[in-house]
Amino acid sequence: MVSTRDLLIILKRISARIEENKQWLTDLDRPIGDSDHGINMARGFGEVEKKLPGLEGKDAGTVLKTVGMTLVSTVGGSAGPLYGSAFMKAGMALGDKTEISMADFLEACDQAVLAVKQRGKSDAGEKTMLDAMIPALQTMKEAEKQGEAPKIILKKGVEASWAGVEATKELIATKGRASYVGERGIGCQDPGATSFSILLEAVLNWMEDRV
Amino acid sequence: MTGVVIVSHCQKLAEGVAELAQAVAPNVPLAAAGGLEDGSLGTSYDKIKAAAESVCGEDGALVLMDMGSSVMTAEMVLEELKAQGKSIEMADCPLVEGAVAAAIGSAAGETMEQLKKQVEKAWETRKL
Repeated sequence: MVSTRDLLIILKRISARIEENKQWLTDLDRPIGDSDHGINMARGFGEVEKKLPGLEGKDAGTVLKTVGMTLVSTVGGSAGPLYGSAFMKAGMALGDKTEISMADFLEACDQAVLAVKQRGKSDAGEKTMLDAMIPALQTMKEAEKQGEAPKIILKKGVEASWAGVEATKELIATKGRASYVGERGIGCQDPGATSFSILLEAVLNWMEDRV
Repeated sequence: MTGVVIVSHCQKLAEGVAELAQAVAPNVPLAAAGGLEDGSLGTSYDKIKAAAESVCGEDGALVLMDMGSSVMTAEMVLEELKAQGKSIEMADCPLVEGAVAAAIGSAAGETMEQLKKQVEKAWETRKL
């Protein structure tokens, strides 16, 4: 089980990982986007971090909805409405829970993926964050079904997510700014899929460090 | 009159398109929402919302976007304003042509529904 206090710590770690990878994410966005993914994500999660102290004692739904709304209003690029919608929908799925089980987490992830699909009018294979999110979620669901421990479930999810990122190199973007780059973007990995993998890996790292 | 909102990643682009459209219809309520708060490139939820609220009166408002995150961010602003009962829609059109068509149509007293249809016809106007 993950408490809402743990959730705030996880969000703080996500924010730190995004900040550490700001330059890399921006560099990845240069050839196929508008060179701002890292800067935008760092700005958004920096604002999220400022809100965390005020979220002490709030339920998981309120925490994630606040994160989502903060991202929507501060990221400033496509990642704003996409991650914003994802966190808001995940928050709606968790509602007034103060303890999050693996089943709750997977349900929240399910809603987050759905939110990104709807907001971006997109699906797998379009060189977007969904190409990391969908295989990660699928893998985690299968691992849960096999009765794996949470840490193993997350570890497999993170591996599938990074494999998804690797696979975006071969894809031709049909959504977003990268679609104008078209097949000239082959060989470039998707920055959104990369930032999602960093996010999920931050959750895993927190779990691994947990005593 | 139906209000018109121009949303772009770029402040200068949004303001320029609004200026161009305003020139053909000086009395139409037109608002530009371009770039981030500090003027850099990007889309700002708060800027779009403020612009929409400033021109969305009884006759509602039509929102025109450039691309990508402008569309998604405008969509989220509209969800919020619609939930408050405001009459506001997005039009799918090329930005410059659509903005001029929207300004002319609004000045002529078109309802929002008519205006949206007319503006989306801007795709059909060939230049060459």
